[in-house]
Amino acid sequence: MSDIRTQDIAFVREEILDQQPPPRSQLGVAKWLRENLFSNWFNGLLTIVSIVVLFMVLSSVLPWVFGGVWDAGSLAECRDILNERFGNTHYACWAVITERWQQLIFGFYPETEYWRAIVAFVLMLVAIMPVLFDNLPRKLLWVTIAFPFLMVWLVWGGTIWGPLSVAVGFVIGGIAFSIIDRRYSSIIALIAAVLITIVWWLFIGPSVVEGLNALIPLGELKRVESRELGGFMICLIIGISGIALSLPIGIVLALGRQSDLFIVKMICVGFIEFIRGVPLITLLFTASLILNYFLPPNTTFDLTLRVIIMVTLFASAYMAEVIRGGLAALPKGQYEAADALGLDYWKAQRLVIMPQALKISIPGIVNTFIGLFKDTTLVMFIGIFDMLALSNAIRANSEWNGIYWELFVFIGLIFWVCCFAMSQYSQWLERKLRTDHR
Amino acid sequence: MTTITDPQQDGGFRLSQLIYDTRYRSTTIQVIALIAFLMIIAFLIRNTVINLGILGKDINFSFLGTASNYDINQRLIPYDSADSHFRAAMVGLLNTLLVAVLGCILATIIGIIAGVLRLSKNWLTAKIMAVYVESFRNIPVLLWILAFMAIFTEMDRQPKSFRGENAQNSMWLWDSVAVTNRGTYIPAPVWEANSSLVVITFLLSLLGIWAFGKYSMRRFQATGELLPNFWIKLGIFVVPTLVVYFLLGRPVGMELPELKGFNFAGGTFMRNSMLALWLALSFYTGAFIAEIVRSGILAISSGQSEASAALGMRPSRTMNLVILPQALRVIIPPLISQYLNLTKNSSLALAVGYTDLRSTLGGTTLNTTGRELECMLLMMLLYLLVSLTISSGMNFYNKSVKLKER
Repeated sequence: MSDIRTQDIAFVREEILDQQPPPRSQLGVAKWLRENLFSNWFNGLLTIVSIVVLFMVLSSVLPWVFGGVWDAGSLAECRDILNERFGNTHYACWAVITERWQQLIFGFYPETEYWRAIVAFVLMLVAIMPVLFDNLPRKLLWVTIAFPFLMVWLVWGGTIWGPLSVAVGFVIGGIAFSIIDRRYSSIIALIAAVLITIVWWLFIGPSVVEGLNALIPLGELKRVESRELGGFMICLIIGISGIALSLPIGIVLALGRQSDLFIVKMICVGFIEFIRGVPLITLLFTASLILNYFLPPNTTFDLTLRVIIMVTLFASAYMAEVIRGGLAALPKGQYEAADALGLDYWKAQRLVIMPQALKISIPGIVNTFIGLFKDTTLVMFIGIFDMLALSNAIRANSEWNGIYWELFVFIGLIFWVCCFAMSQYSQWLERKLRTDHR
Repeated sequence: MTTITDPQQDGGFRLSQLIYDTRYRSTTIQVIALIAFLMIIAFLIRNTVINLGILGKDINFSFLGTASNYDINQRLIPYDSADSHFRAAMVGLLNTLLVAVLGCILATIIGIIAGVLRLSKNWLTAKIMAVYVESFRNIPVLLWILAFMAIFTEMDRQPKSFRGENAQNSMWLWDSVAVTNRGTYIPAPVWEANSSLVVITFLLSLLGIWAFGKYSMRRFQATGELLPNFWIKLGIFVVPTLVVYFLLGRPVGMELPELKGFNFAGGTFMRNSMLALWLALSFYTGAFIAEIVRSGILAISSGQSEASAALGMRPSRTMNLVILPQALRVIIPPLISQYLNLTKNSSLALAVGYTDLRSTLGGTTLNTTGRELECMLLMMLLYLLVSLTISSGMNFYNKSVKLKER
């Protein structure tokens, strides 16, 4: 080998070459474009089609949005301004939002009382926060507990005694339960507590409230009728109540469906399958048309309350199925381990089963919440003026006759923000609670 | 050391055992639940009877046999105002089913395309599909229905604008489809004599494809030879029907919509209400199906596709033989509930005036006869029936693709 002399070899590189930059196609933007947009002919085709579609949509939507008129008294005026400015009317007339947004948000709520709705809304945010984020001070939960009663008082008005007496009913029931539970079995305690609470609500409470109203009308606010509620506000009221109530009812139904008690199971299965088999709209019509048949003669109760009850029942049937999925997904060993620790049924559910089952079913639960919130638009069919019904009403007005898209965009955007926030929260919660494969 | 023994049962059965003894407790709870349930039912029935008595009404379904005296603008079966309320309800039910079936088909197509494209390596397409899915999923379907309806009714395509030498608008697809703001006209097939033979041939060729598939599979398993399945099947699908069609002298014709007077005539007329409902439901449900398809495909671990690549399978076969059969198992159960949701959401037809079950039985019939209780009960029962039929049918299919565990 050492015989080879350097002059026999045509060329020998004696210095090491500098590092060359990678080919241009493997660098920066070009690489990204190549990999993500034009990796093969099919992807290239997709990219071109996408760009064409995007261009067609954006080129008509963007000028429409940003060229819009924000200040006009009617659609005709709007069109005059647009004709003057652009020579045609292919632009939005956002003036309808600037003029009517209060109506879309508050419905026909008296204008002087808007502050009450706003205070209730802010309170709602404060009340929800400690439920959503567990690193906030736990004392805020008192706001959460007090919120439903404060909300009813703020929104519907009257004195504070009415909501307070309902709250007192809960307290009496709780005290009764804990006293009787110490002496007798918890089943007896539960039945007795429920009976006592109902007696208070139906017979004692109302007369106490009347007396107190006459004596000291504490915190008297102007009464607002249910038919004056509307817009986004009614969606929130129905949506939040439905969400808050459907989860516990759904859990109970799911446990009932999974239980060994045959009769309880049959009742739960029948209820869930019936509710899931019919459209919500038929239940809402039931609430508005024929519910009076099922109640004692001459009882009237508020349409909003009836709708909340129906929406809650509807959502809780779906919730029950979602939670049942979570329960079924738990390994059997968890149930057996809970039994082996000597926990009774409720303790096992509370400490072992439910925390895991609920965690598994978070996506489904939040999807049900989102569905419920979107379904609140259906109340327009039974004469409640939610945002969509108000958009029809605004259009029926001669000033805004023929305006569609601006209202739809506004309403759609509000719903989109709420629902998207919910789904993002659920994803965050899922990530936070994930305990496997770290 | 003492051993714990069962307590002496000297006193026999004591009343407190009903609550404290686990042997009897479940029975106690069930009896209490049953009594409470029956009491609630009795309470509701008693109230109903009293209320009906006050109003002087009774529960009576005989109104279903009487003449309805109202017209329905869209019907799949012959119907006029002299027909009974029952027939009107059936017309409505069929309309509900029509929009539900059409919607399920279109939603599945949209959902699969969007779900697969959202997973595509093409960044732009994936993002566009994400925008589609998120915007349709997070906005109420009712708003979409109203928006689609507004598109159809507000577009500047009046039938009269199709008229004249240089008309403002023109028909699409070689003058066969007329999209106007009053509705859409599409060609209608005309069945002449002998046309049934063509249909029979077509059905037979479908049978032939199925039989060929069986034969080809058997042959493949016996000899290992693979026939060009796709091309042969395509041939069976097309050739016999076309041959019979031309041999018999084209017995199936097309009736094209034509502009007559102020409006179009001929062809099949599709109402705006139906189109809006159909498209809105399909795009809305399609967004949910896209997510289901996406999660189904993502649920198959990448090891599966790597394994099939290691076996030397081409990507298309990997998809058909490895990924899809496993993904379908994840996809089908939620797909069933989406179909059910679509069917139930079709009751939102109310917003656009499509004459579905709720609009006939739960709408006009209810209002003209004043029998709310009967109409609502019947309507719920029919919806329940439809839902249960769909879910049991799809569950049957689900069982056939489910993993066979032994």
